[in-house]
Amino acid sequence: MSNQSLGSVFTAGIIRENPLLVLLLGMCPSLAVTTSVMNGLGMGAAVIFVLMCSNIVISLLRKIIPSAVRIPAFVVVIASFVTIVDMVMEGFAPDLHAALGVFIPLIVVNCVILARAEAFASKNSVLASAIDGLGMGLGFTLALVLVSAVREILGNGSILGINILGEGFAASPVLIMILPPGGFLTLGIIIAIMNKLRRA
Amino acid sequence: MGIAGYLALIVWAVFVNNFILSQFLGICPFMGVSKKVESAVGMAAAVLFVITMASIITFLLYNALLVPWDLQYLKTILFILVIAALVQFVEMVIKKVSPTLFAALGIFLPLITTNCAVLGAALLAIQKDFNFMKTLVFGMASAVGFGLVLILFAAIRERLALNVATPKAMKGMPIALITASILSLAFLGFSGMVRM
Repeated sequence: MSNQSLGSVFTAGIIRENPLLVLLLGMCPSLAVTTSVMNGLGMGAAVIFVLMCSNIVISLLRKIIPSAVRIPAFVVVIASFVTIVDMVMEGFAPDLHAALGVFIPLIVVNCVILARAEAFASKNSVLASAIDGLGMGLGFTLALVLVSAVREILGNGSILGINILGEGFAASPVLIMILPPGGFLTLGIIIAIMNKLRRA
Repeated sequence: MGIAGYLALIVWAVFVNNFILSQFLGICPFMGVSKKVESAVGMAAAVLFVITMASIITFLLYNALLVPWDLQYLKTILFILVIAALVQFVEMVIKKVSPTLFAALGIFLPLITTNCAVLGAALLAIQKDFNFMKTLVFGMASAVGFGLVLILFAAIRERLALNVATPKAMKGMPIALITASILSLAFLGFSGMVRM
């Protein structure tokens, strides 16, 4: 595979085939954890790690795994990496681990990861799969940061915990944005804007 | 815990802490199979069945297998395998026992493996240290809440599809998400009604 096509594999996940905003995969974590940019980044980092590692392992094993049992086999590989992330995060970033809660183990059923395993890693070389995992993971992280930035700025008047809209706003922010309805609303409007931009 | 406690748990799981609208579990099927009320009912029934079964089995396996050997960290791997196997098994049994039910649920069953509501219910019950009865009631009530919102939402979307005034860029997913936002706002009214 030439360098140019590896480059396009990498950029595909970031914009053209952004997993969240274009392919509409992985909605649950992107609505649940995007109440602050820090949570969005933490979730994004966890997804990049799991996506890259599982893509590499699945690509290595692609000729060994019989196709009849491939889905359970993929799930076991993914679940192993998710368990690693869960334990590492619990040890080194307990606050983030507590904030993300049940959504860390739930990365197992994040459709983005299984979709990439099935659609890409099981058919392509190890290097291409690793780059695909990185690109898709970064695209997902960027989307999470975008959603969480909107929600944190409006709902808390801050970004990464630093107040940017002044004391007056922070005293009475648009609280609804960090409550569940704000999550649906923000994601809906961002996807609508993406649709408009892609057509233009 | 008496009857009142269980009633409170049911109200909490169905309305206050609804899986879809306040926990964000199971958004994929919520968006995917809510275009028609009929398919929403089918999905709701299949999920109710699988969540209830999965709650019972994962609870027993966790306490009988993982806890005695100190292997709690394997719960994610074990649970997802149990759920995948269970879904497959349920599919075979229903096919054999009731072909009519199979025809109705058929296509929804395989989808349930990747429904995070099932794994979520199993993990949350462990996280909250529920005993067997509470795990069972929590699983069933959560599934009922999931089904209720799914069917409500499908009914709204059927009406919405008739509305031609939706802007082009808003069609499909965006307007569905904004509808879900308003539905979620309505359910926010239940918050604080029961504390668990």
